[in-house]
Amino acid sequence: MSIKLATERHPETGQTSREDSPLAVRGMTVSYGQKPAVFSVDMTVEPGKMTAIIGPNGAGKSTLLKAALGIHKPLAGTTTVFGKPVGAQRHRIAYVPQRASVDWDFPTRVIDVVLMGLYPQLGLLGRVRPAHRARAEDCLTRVGMEDFASRQIGQLSGGQQQRVFLARALAQDADLYLLDEPFAGVDAATEKAIISVLKSLRDAGKTVVAVHHDLSTVTDYFDNVFLINTRRIAEGPVKTTFVTANLQDAYGGRLAGAQMEALALS
Amino acid sequence: MIRDALLLQLGYNATLVTLGATLLGMAAGVGGTFLFLRKRALVSDAISHATLPGVALAFMVMVTLGGTGRNLVGLLTGAALSAAVGLLLVSWLGTRTRLAEDAAIGSVLSVFFGFGIVLLTVIQTMSAGQQAGLEGFLLGSTAGMLRSDAMVIAVSAALTLALVMLMRRPLTLASFDPEYAVSIGQDVRRTDLAMMGLVLAVTVVGLKIVGLILIVALLIIPPVTARFWTERTDHVVMISGAVGGLSAYVGAALSAAIPAVPTGPIIVLVGFALFALSLLVAPGRGVVSALARHRTHQRRVHLRQGLLAMAQGQPIYENMTLRLLHRQGWARPDGVPTELGRGRAARALRDESRWRVIRSDPAFEAATAQDDGLTDIETVLTADQLAEVDARIPSAEVVA
Repeated sequence: MSIKLATERHPETGQTSREDSPLAVRGMTVSYGQKPAVFSVDMTVEPGKMTAIIGPNGAGKSTLLKAALGIHKPLAGTTTVFGKPVGAQRHRIAYVPQRASVDWDFPTRVIDVVLMGLYPQLGLLGRVRPAHRARAEDCLTRVGMEDFASRQIGQLSGGQQQRVFLARALAQDADLYLLDEPFAGVDAATEKAIISVLKSLRDAGKTVVAVHHDLSTVTDYFDNVFLINTRRIAEGPVKTTFVTANLQDAYGGRLAGAQMEALALS
Repeated sequence: MIRDALLLQLGYNATLVTLGATLLGMAAGVGGTFLFLRKRALVSDAISHATLPGVALAFMVMVTLGGTGRNLVGLLTGAALSAAVGLLLVSWLGTRTRLAEDAAIGSVLSVFFGFGIVLLTVIQTMSAGQQAGLEGFLLGSTAGMLRSDAMVIAVSAALTLALVMLMRRPLTLASFDPEYAVSIGQDVRRTDLAMMGLVLAVTVVGLKIVGLILIVALLIIPPVTARFWTERTDHVVMISGAVGGLSAYVGAALSAAIPAVPTGPIIVLVGFALFALSLLVAPGRGVVSALARHRTHQRRVHLRQGLLAMAQGQPIYENMTLRLLHRQGWARPDGVPTELGRGRAARALRDESRWRVIRSDPAFEAATAQDDGLTDIETVLTADQLAEVDARIPSAEVVA
């Protein structure tokens, strides 16, 4: 049922089929208690592009991402990654959780966190060899954190913590990068560093999906947008989808008309 | 006598018991680390108290079947079964009802313990079996422990230890960032289950030596102690294992030398001594070190504020500032700057002006991150950068 609905609802992204899509969600519903946070959502992410998931607070942006990854158990719905069930494709996914979701007083150093990205490769008992360490250090360099390798993570600023999480995802060398609010509460230097890393991933053919809350940067940062407010509102290229009518639909009265005019392209 | 005990000179059995206790202490310290890092430490208290009805019921069953009821493996099997029921109840109450985990732990712990005490009372009135020594499970007792008992404890403790070492990566990930763990395909529920299983195993194995009331201390005190000394997970695990092993070794040896003393409390007190020592003197996280850091910081703040006040010709009111300035030779006791002090004050003021320039310039973003009002800008910028900054200081601010 949901697949049929999906094809009907996707005129603008008709070129990406479910099989090609790095991340395709069908009929996803997630409830906390009795109220669905995400209701019957379909999403087909275009490969090699940067997609922003946007919508008002409590619209289910993070929930959608977590349900797709199996972190929250959905009531209904399926997720495929590059055409296969998500469980079989974990090695191709790198996830960057919200910074606030972990305890930063945990006894671990920056380099150890990045090495966690290599755990799938290391297995239970594999030794961390100099090559692994060099790889982790290289990922830290890519986010400008190479000087912090042996710092305790609690000593970092919010933006630095976010960059360490990104470095861990880089270490996984995945094809699909999923980020939950990567720019929330970070300084301007971090935001610049993160966006340049993400763009270089995109330019290398990787797919990037980020939950994003800052509407003013959507057009600068992203190729595509996915608008959600519990239900799917619209999905497609920024140019044709990030428009007043869709924003009105997603945000309702929460954005003033003038604000929308300033943000949207048409 | 005590020296003999510590040097394992009290005979074969006492030595075996002490070594068994040491292995148990290491297993508890290592396993408890992940419980502590996962912030589930109190669950172990529910597990341990939930063992009591199992011990009593196992005794009754064995006596009914015609034995003496003293078989350790039988008693521990009973303990493990009822502890598992208690654990499942805690997790069911926590996830399926609106009860918070702490309330669930409190309920399960007290009900199981109460039920166990009632059963022990019933056992005292039974004519068959050797009920003497069962109360040793409450506070731990190495007196009268058989060689085979010690072997059972030593082997299971060693197995538990090996299992934790095998699972250290999934356990670390589940403790630090469970959502990320799921995203790379780890079954965090199974990891949690394994962790609880490990804790259950340590608890059951430790019943005879430490006793069910205090085994929780052997799971919690070592990791908390270890945390003071390091910022690395693997080091916390190792130090915690060492602290647990040492506490149990000393405790069991002392208890073998002085049989009237229950083993559990001694082990816990030794562990506490190590904890108190770490709390005080550990570098970085210890109380003394934190206090010293605070004092140094306070001194720097007062000196800096004093210098800036002198540079701007303002009076200094705080006695601490005056005292510190005087001790540095920068001011007279009444606050009038000395020659040296005037130079220092001018430098502090120039430093402030320089910081003001770079604070508003995004090109200096990395340097500005070190702006705490105290750091000398000359330690942050190069000479070339400083010259560039100085050229931009408004001339009205320049202090000769």
